Amino acid sequence: MYKYDQYDQAIVDARVEEFRDQVQRRLAGEISEDQFKPLRLMNGLYLQLHAYMLRVAIPYGTLDSRQMRMLAHIARKYDKDYGHFTTRQNLQYNWIKLEDAADILADLASVEMHAIQTSGNCIRNISSDQFAGAAADEVTDPRPWAELLRQWSTFHPEFSYLPRKFKIAVIAAEEDRAAVKLHDIGLQIHRNDAGELGFRVFVGGGMGRTPMVAPVIREFLPTADFVSYMEACLRVYNRYGRRDNIYKARIKILVHEIGAEEYARQVEEEWAHVKTLGLDPPAGEFERIAAHFAPPAFEGGLSDDLDRTDPDFALWLDQNVKAHKQPGYAIVNISLKPVSGIPGDASSAQIDLMADLAERYSFDELRVTHAQNIVLPHVKKADLYTIWQQLEANGLATPNLDLISDIIACPGLDYCSLANARSIPVAQKIADRFAGLDRQRDLGELKLKISGCINACGHHHAGHIGILGVDRKGTENYQLLLGGSGAEDASLGRITGPGFDEDGVVDAIERTVEKYRELRTEGERFLDTYRRVGMDPFKEAIYG
Amino acid sequence: MVEFLRFRDDVPHEEPAVTLDAFLGQTNATAVRLESDEDARKLLPQLGQLALIEIAFPKFRDGRGYSAARILREAGYEGELRAAGDVLVDQIPLMRRCGFDSFVPEAAIDPAALERALGRYDDVYQKAADGRSPVWALRHG
Amino acid sequence: MKILTGNDLGTGDVVWWTGSDWSRHVADAVDVDNHGEAIAAAEEAARRVNAPYVIDAEQTPQGPRPGHIKDRIRAAGPTVRLDLNIKPADPAAGSWVI
Repeated sequence: MYKYDQYDQAIVDARVEEFRDQVQRRLAGEISEDQFKPLRLMNGLYLQLHAYMLRVAIPYGTLDSRQMRMLAHIARKYDKDYGHFTTRQNLQYNWIKLEDAADILADLASVEMHAIQTSGNCIRNISSDQFAGAAADEVTDPRPWAELLRQWSTFHPEFSYLPRKFKIAVIAAEEDRAAVKLHDIGLQIHRNDAGELGFRVFVGGGMGRTPMVAPVIREFLPTADFVSYMEACLRVYNRYGRRDNIYKARIKILVHEIGAEEYARQVEEEWAHVKTLGLDPPAGEFERIAAHFAPPAFEGGLSDDLDRTDPDFALWLDQNVKAHKQPGYAIVNISLKPVSGIPGDASSAQIDLMADLAERYSFDELRVTHAQNIVLPHVKKADLYTIWQQLEANGLATPNLDLISDIIACPGLDYCSLANARSIPVAQKIADRFAGLDRQRDLGELKLKISGCINACGHHHAGHIGILGVDRKGTENYQLLLGGSGAEDASLGRITGPGFDEDGVVDAIERTVEKYRELRTEGERFLDTYRRVGMDPFKEAIYG
Repeated sequence: MVEFLRFRDDVPHEEPAVTLDAFLGQTNATAVRLESDEDARKLLPQLGQLALIEIAFPKFRDGRGYSAARILREAGYEGELRAAGDVLVDQIPLMRRCGFDSFVPEAAIDPAALERALGRYDDVYQKAADGRSPVWALRHG
Repeated sequence: MKILTGNDLGTGDVVWWTGSDWSRHVADAVDVDNHGEAIAAAEEAARRVNAPYVIDAEQTPQGPRPGHIKDRIRAAGPTVRLDLNIKPADPAAGSWVI
C-alpha cells in the first residue's frame, strides 16, 4: 500500500489548516454561504437533509486497518456511530457539525487520509478494481497508476473549476469491476502486440440524466506519456465543455456533440503540444510509487483444500469468496447488504471488526467496492472458516454477493437533499421479498441498482434491473429499467413503462424475475435472457 | 482591503485593453482583454507586441481562464497577465500557478487572508506555469 | 400556513422558526404569513441560520405538518433509522411522515 512521504503528509496537513481557515471565515461572517459553498464542496462537505455530510476519500478503494479504525473512531466521536460506503469507494458521514469538520480532517490526516476533491467541479477520487493486486485476470496492479493520478489531480491549478465534476477509474483486467465505461475517463491497462503495457482510454461515459457508455478514444497510450495525455484530455474539456447549462456540462455531452473522433483529434493536437512541456514525471517516480504496491509476502506451498462440512460456511464460500492469483489464498467479499439492512452502511463496531480481520488475516489490507461492499483481498484459505465465524457473529456474512439482494442504493430521500424519492426502503422491501437464499441463488447473478433521483448515484442505468425514484405530484413513484450493465459488457437499461408505488415496484420485479425463470436457458443469466428475448415478454409480464 | 494586486516589478501598463476583435483588426495595440469564451491561441502570432493581457472571469465557477493563462505562458508570453472579475481569494494561489501575475477582483480582497492562502502550501504536485518544482522532481533530485 | 426552516450554521441541525428564535422541533414552528423571506434574510445575515427557506404546511392538533415529504423527513429524521429520529422510535412517526 502507498505510504505518504514528507511531501504528501505536508500537503494534506496544510489542507486541514486551509479548511480550518475557510470554516472560521464562514463562521465569522467574512464570507457568505455562496462563497463558502464551493470551498466546502471541494472538501467533500455538503449540507444535506438533516445536517452536514462529509465524504471521505478512500483512494482507489484501498485502506489499511489503522485507517479503517480511524473511520470507526470518527463515526463514534463526531457522528452517530456509523458510516456509509458509496459507489465511488468513498465513505460518508451523515451527521457532521461544521464546527467539527477541521478536527475530523486533522484526525484523517493523522492516518494519511483526506476529503480532498470528494465533491466540486474538479477531478474526484480516483476509483479502481477492488481486486487489484489479487485478481488472477489482471495484467498488472492498476493502483500505482491511480496513485499517480491522485497526486497529479490534487489541487490541479488548471482543472479545479471545470464545467462539472470529473470521475476517473483505472483497471487492469478484462473483467470490469469498476464500471470504467461509465466514467468521464475510464482507463484499462492492457498489453499491445509487443508486450508493452499501455492504456485503452475511454472518454465520455456517465450516468445522470443523460446516460452514455464511453467510446474508446485511444486504443493504446504508452505509459510514459500518461500524465501529459490526461492533461490534454482535461484541457480540451475545460476549454470547450458546455458551461451554459449545468445538465449539459459533463464531458460526455461534449464528446457526444462533437463526436468521439473529433474529440480524440483535438486531444491529440493538444497533446502534441503539452507533451513537450515536461509534465510527465520520470519513470523513477512511477517505480517509487509501484514499490509500495509490491505483492505481500505470500506463503508458498499452501493447500487449497477446504473443509466444507458446515453448510452455511459452504454457502458463503460459494457466493462471497473469489479466486486469488496466489495458490492457497482467496479474496473475501464482506456483504454490507444484510436483509433489512441499509446498503453500504456499517456501524463503527463492524468497521473495527473488519479492520481487525484485515490486520490479522489479510496483510493489513481492505478494499471498498463500487457495489458498496468490503473486501479482504489476501486471505489464506486455511483462515476462511475463522473469518466467516467472526463475520457471521457480527451480521457481516450474508452470502449474497452479486445476487438480487446485493443491491446498490443511493441514500435517497432519507438523507439526500437532491433526492425525489426514498431508495433504502425499496431496497429493504426487495431484499425481504427475496430473502430466501435458495431462491436468490436460483436467480443467479442479478445486479439491482436503485437511485432516488435522476442524478443516478445508485447507478440505476447500469443495473440488470434498475429502479429510478421520481416525484409524481408530491408522492414517491418508481420507474423500472431492465438490461443495464456496468461491467465489461456495459449497456444502459431501458424503462419498462409507467412507474409504480413502493410495493408495486417490488411486485413488478417479482413478475420480471418469474418471467426470466420461465424463459431462461441452461446457465443463462437474467441479463443474457433479457438481451436474447428483448423487453416485450417482460413488459407483458409486468403490465399484463 | 485590496482592489488591485500586482506581482511584478515593472511599471504597470497604462494603455487600456482592447477587445480581441479589435486587437486582431488593429495591429498596434499593446493591451488586450479576452472574454472567457474567447480563444487565447488567436493571440499567439502577435504575442510579442503585447504588454498586458486581461482575462475575464465573469463567474468564479468559470474556469476557462485558467487554461487560457497557461496556454499564453506556454507560448512564451512574459508580459502582465491579469485576472479580472469574480476572482476569490482562495482561487488566487491556483491562478498564480497558471501564470497570472495581476488581479482586479470585483470584490476587494482581505490582504491577511490572501497572505495565508499564498503561503499555505510549500510544495505542489504538478508542473505548471509558475516554475515551481513539483514534488516528483524534488523526490528524484 | 407558511413556515420557515433551515439548518443551524454551526451544527447543521434542522431548525424551525418559532417567531423569535429557532427550534429543533417542527411543532414549535409558527405561521410566518408573507414575512418568511424577510425573516430568512435577516436571520441568515446574522448567521443564526443557514440556507433558510419557506414551505407550505398544514396546521394540525399536533402542530404544523410540512406539505412535502422531504420536509417531513427533515422534521422527523430518516424513515429507515427511527432510532436516530428527533423523537426516537416514535410509533406515530411512520404515519406522520408518509
